[in-house]
Amino acid sequence: MSTPLLSVRDLQKSFPAADGPVPVLQGVTFDLAAGQTLALTGESGSGKSTLLHIVGGLDTADGGAVRLGETEVTALDDRGRAALRRSRVSVVFQQFNLIPSLDVGANLAFQARLAGRHDPAWCDTLARRLGLAGHLSKYPEQLSGGQQQRVAIGRTLAVRPELVLADEPTGNLDEETGSRVVDLMLELVAETGAALLCVTHSTALASRMERRLVLSRGRVA
Amino acid sequence: MIGATLRALLSHWWRRPFQLVTLMVGLATATALWSGVQAINAEARASYDRAATTLAAGARPRLVADGPIPQRTYIALRRAGHDVSPVLEGSAAGLRIIGIDPFTLPPDDLPQDTGAGSIGPDFIGEPGQLLVAPGTEVPDSLPPATEAEGIPPGAAYADIGTAQRVLNRPGELSALIIAGPSSMTAPPIADIAPTLRRTGGTTTTDVSRLTGSFHLNLTAFGFLSFAVGLFIVRGAIGLAFEQRRGVFRTLRALGLPRGTLLALLSAELLILSLVAGAIGIALGYLVATLLIPDVAATLRGLYGAEVAGELTLRPAWWLSGFAIATLGTAIAAAASLWQTARMPLLAPANPRAWSRASAQALWLQAGAAALCLAVAAVAWGIGGLAAGFVLLGGLLLSAALALPLILRIVLRAASRTAQGPRAQWFWADAEQQLPGLSLALMALLLALAANIGVGTMVSSFRLTFTGWLDQRLAAELNLRAETEVQADEILAFLGPRVDAILPIRSTELPLAGAPAQLVGVADHPTYSETWPLIARQPDTWERVNAGDAALINAQLARRNDLWPGAMLEIAGRDMLIAGVYSDYGNPRGEAMVGLERFDTLFPDIPALSFSLRLDPAGIEDLTRDLRDRFDLPESNIMDQASVKRASLAIFERTFTVTGALNVLTLGVAGLAILTSLLTIATMRLPQLAPVWALGFTRRRLAMLDLGRAVMLAALTFVLSLPVGIALAWVLLSVINVEAFGWKLPLRLFPLDWLRLLVLSLLAAALAALVPALRLARTPPSELLKVFAHER
Repeated sequence: MSTPLLSVRDLQKSFPAADGPVPVLQGVTFDLAAGQTLALTGESGSGKSTLLHIVGGLDTADGGAVRLGETEVTALDDRGRAALRRSRVSVVFQQFNLIPSLDVGANLAFQARLAGRHDPAWCDTLARRLGLAGHLSKYPEQLSGGQQQRVAIGRTLAVRPELVLADEPTGNLDEETGSRVVDLMLELVAETGAALLCVTHSTALASRMERRLVLSRGRVA
Repeated sequence: MIGATLRALLSHWWRRPFQLVTLMVGLATATALWSGVQAINAEARASYDRAATTLAAGARPRLVADGPIPQRTYIALRRAGHDVSPVLEGSAAGLRIIGIDPFTLPPDDLPQDTGAGSIGPDFIGEPGQLLVAPGTEVPDSLPPATEAEGIPPGAAYADIGTAQRVLNRPGELSALIIAGPSSMTAPPIADIAPTLRRTGGTTTTDVSRLTGSFHLNLTAFGFLSFAVGLFIVRGAIGLAFEQRRGVFRTLRALGLPRGTLLALLSAELLILSLVAGAIGIALGYLVATLLIPDVAATLRGLYGAEVAGELTLRPAWWLSGFAIATLGTAIAAAASLWQTARMPLLAPANPRAWSRASAQALWLQAGAAALCLAVAAVAWGIGGLAAGFVLLGGLLLSAALALPLILRIVLRAASRTAQGPRAQWFWADAEQQLPGLSLALMALLLALAANIGVGTMVSSFRLTFTGWLDQRLAAELNLRAETEVQADEILAFLGPRVDAILPIRSTELPLAGAPAQLVGVADHPTYSETWPLIARQPDTWERVNAGDAALINAQLARRNDLWPGAMLEIAGRDMLIAGVYSDYGNPRGEAMVGLERFDTLFPDIPALSFSLRLDPAGIEDLTRDLRDRFDLPESNIMDQASVKRASLAIFERTFTVTGALNVLTLGVAGLAILTSLLTIATMRLPQLAPVWALGFTRRRLAMLDLGRAVMLAALTFVLSLPVGIALAWVLLSVINVEAFGWKLPLRLFPLDWLRLLVLSLLAAALAALVPALRLARTPPSELLKVFAHER
């Protein structure tokens, strides 16, 4: 593999508990190339979401290093991590996390506006491709779960990130809807050239990724 | 980034207009009540200041006598080289006439902004000219008037000659202003006019001192209303922050720095507070406009202080309105901003009841209540008016802070003893609702306690005051002659037509270092049998009538700790205090001596005033005959019934303002309940849907919600009763004593409480009606969504 886009080395993380710290990640190491897709699987509590959060700059590590291109993510301060999330890494949440008071159009463009690289034409394309063109003036509460997740994917891709992180993106959707949403996500991710790291329990979804990484008790199995 | 984020934040209010209205109403109402009171106070202070800048206030030293100063004395002093200027003051046609000599009066003492232009030939010549404040009505019987700035309301400036004519006091002067240094060769003033004495003149300070307590009372009520309003603001802001927790988390997850988020939230709050502040200031102006006539009447009736009946918009006032709105928002939002600043990025985004206090937090709140109570106790120990208000505030705040814990204990106990699952759920659910409603219930407690406290104080006062008036106003008729000659003629006329003529003399003088009044009264059973003494020595009246002792009013006694047996210096002579009498409505100190003693002390005071005892049936005829025969002005003859009527009218007007603020505060509390119920109603579905699924009808659930609101209001009322009574006691026994110098017995009025209970239950039921109706009409599909979202 050429120079990886994402490089994770010996990542450590533990959470405090009443009877001492509980290790969640114990020396996780892996790489991800630009444009590549990777499924991160493992049993509940294996550290998948924690790994995703640290890679996305949502949480900090106790030890080890995460690099995105030339940027040492684990060395960034709060402001630096915020800038990273704004423009280079984008997360698709299981709970969608749309802004309920903004309509679909505004939600779709929101992160791109935040990053200062709003491209109306690209947003229109995304809306059309995601089947949202007829729903732009609706509010999230007026959409089905599948539609909301498509808005979340659109918002993520509107900013044209280098890395898309997806945390159980179909966890709140039925099988058929989930499958359609994944098709769209993979298609659009491929078009933007972004890498995708997807946390999932679903073997069906994992099988759609180019690579698969299994975590067990905080280690790569 | 900023534009997109602001849009996201503000869109919350756009999508929840009711919440925005709640916040605006709360903040605007709080600002309105506060700034309304401040506008009234500012107007009064400005009136006092206007008065202070004029010579009438006696800013310069002046020469006075115990009676009128003959004009020839003035001429003699001027000829001898003393730079004095004459002043004559008196009342005519409801105006305070101030006669001046524009040629000898220092220019600084002329009314401000009047300038020399207004004092021209018309002012000095015949028929003369009056200078009055804009808007002053001048009857045709007086010389023509010209409006000029800087004249105190209710006053009219005239040339000294004009004033002597208008007041019918030819050749008389009230005082001589010392306008400048005397000539080096001038003989001492005492050689020319031995009866004159020099005074510093501190009338304005006296007015400020006397009215200060009244304004402090108003400010305290304004602050209470503001605090109650802030409960709504706190509720609305807290809820808005809680509902947006998910948005905040998403914004942060999408790359918005924490500092930027907090700065934008602060900017959002600033914008909201400025808009609500502007509305509040406009409403405050309206409140002040409605209340100021009553305030002006009260200040005039109670203290003789003139306050303009119209409001002026002052920049300082509206700026302070914006400041208080912003400060109030900052106080109300501080905790929410702090929580947002500390919120971990990966915190659960599900909205939880923002005020869902843990047991630990409730106990912490109870600890704060105990601390407030301790502060109140310390303030009680310190004494003084300011400490009295700290005691009041501490009591109210501690009761409000302790309320949620007390209600929780009561509801938990009820839940444990409840029979059947429905009752158990009802009480348990009420406890679950408590955190969301506690701010509104605390506001209700404050409003109810203030209503009970002030209501009890006013009713106790009214009862005592009415009884006191009957004692104090024993004489059927009081009259005042215009001159001594007229007085002699009246006495000759009255002789056979009345049972007794009781001469009264009075003069202003300092007592125990403060301005006061000395009254000389006749030796008659009218006084010895009815005068309302609250402390006395044996043979009180015998000693007073013999000229050995004096009586003083309760104000003078309490302020200086002078009680029967103590000595008081009166006009340079130490006199024994033989008794203390109650003297409600009089803010000044007063002493009474026998008539003969008075005449010894002040031989020059003319005998012009008399109380008359006669058969009440003859009052009307005698009054008419006196007016017809002696051409006495209306105000010179007062019958007992008129005086009582006037006194009670002043009394009622005095409490009109506090009564109005009381009602407004209760209204604000009712609004707080309504808004709280409406806002928590939106979060109630997940709690109600399972109960509905288990077999409750929506109608039954709605009825239970209505009943719960009424029950909580009733419990709050029960808890507010002891707080209100304690408040009344503080007002009657601490604040009144410190502010006015009189102490009143506490009387209880259960019927008034019952009325208030019904009113508060009605308010709670009305507030709960809309959310209950909404619940009753909630489609089952909405309730089912709760289960769908649980996956």
